[in-house]
Amino acid sequence: MSFRFLAFAGVFAAASAALAQTNQLEVSNAWARATPAKAENGAAYVTIASPTPDRLLSASSPVAKKTELHTMEMAGMVMKMRPIAGLDIPGGQPVALKPGGEHIMLIGLQQPLREGQAFTLTLNFEMAGARTVSVAVEKAGAMSGMTH
Amino acid sequence: MARNPPGHASRGGALANSRRFVLAAVLLGGLVIMGAGVLLALAHRDTPRGAAGTLLASAIGGSFRLVDQNGKTVTDADLKGKWSLVYFGYTHCPDACPTALNDIAIALDQLGPKREAVRSVFITVDPERDTPEVLKAYVTSFDAAILALSGSPEEIARAAKAYRVYYAKHPEPGGDYSMDHSSVIYVMDPEGRFTASFTHQSTPEEIADRLKKLLA
Repeated sequence: MSFRFLAFAGVFAAASAALAQTNQLEVSNAWARATPAKAENGAAYVTIASPTPDRLLSASSPVAKKTELHTMEMAGMVMKMRPIAGLDIPGGQPVALKPGGEHIMLIGLQQPLREGQAFTLTLNFEMAGARTVSVAVEKAGAMSGMTH
Repeated sequence: MARNPPGHASRGGALANSRRFVLAAVLLGGLVIMGAGVLLALAHRDTPRGAAGTLLASAIGGSFRLVDQNGKTVTDADLKGKWSLVYFGYTHCPDACPTALNDIAIALDQLGPKREAVRSVFITVDPERDTPEVLKAYVTSFDAAILALSGSPEEIARAAKAYRVYYAKHPEPGGDYSMDHSSVIYVMDPEGRFTASFTHQSTPEEIADRLKKLLA
């Protein structure tokens, strides 16, 4: 019994080690809000997980003329949107961009983002380099990318 | 010890006493400030602060003359007869404004048949870019029926002042700009009187619960 336990523990340890060795920055749950017919700007959100500290430096997408990293700040009741130079990703702690906080601002959309469509977004990291993901377009007022 | 002059002990005692006094004063001062902070935070939960920094619930709302997404003139008198949820924002805002409109839509959906008694009003703080046509395209992408209002910069300024809404243009490199603006959802009763407000932290459930009580 104890042998089986040890064997199990050994396999488990090996599996965890293998998982840990993937040691790569991952971008998941990439989504954006659908934009109205004449809207020029949109916002995309992603979840970034990195086993080691990294920094998101910039983003680009063929759907927008310009792509910036933005944050929302509250000063009392006043909402302020400001560009940020980069976003620190702590090691081992996923960072989820979501409405009301940091977002990837798509400026000068070539065409409206329609619900159900997808577009590519490239994120440039200081350590991990470039990562290109497919961004799912959700409803205009969606609060998360997990609706389907 | 030997170097201490006579009488040091008593002087030390006086010093300790005055230190204690200062410490007590600092503690008391801290408590007063904390108390004020708590009161202010509590007040903020329901009553937005007026432009002058005072709590002026009765002073929120007032006369305005704007134009809706179909080009029709709308005044404060047109809002009477129904409850109104009034939010100031702008269409180039991809984050806070859709969130607020979405919160409103979800909250209204929870009201059942009573939602007919509530109207959503979106007033732009960016009349330069938000023409009635732009507003029409914007609000139709949300599920809820929203009355979207624009006007001349002066008319918008007057409406924002009536609702104690702050807004300012924030230029960005490349000639683009974003708008800083108060992010508050005001609840106005069918007589056009200010009744409650919600912030970006209010959940749709909180908004719906409050509205249910108000409409009961």
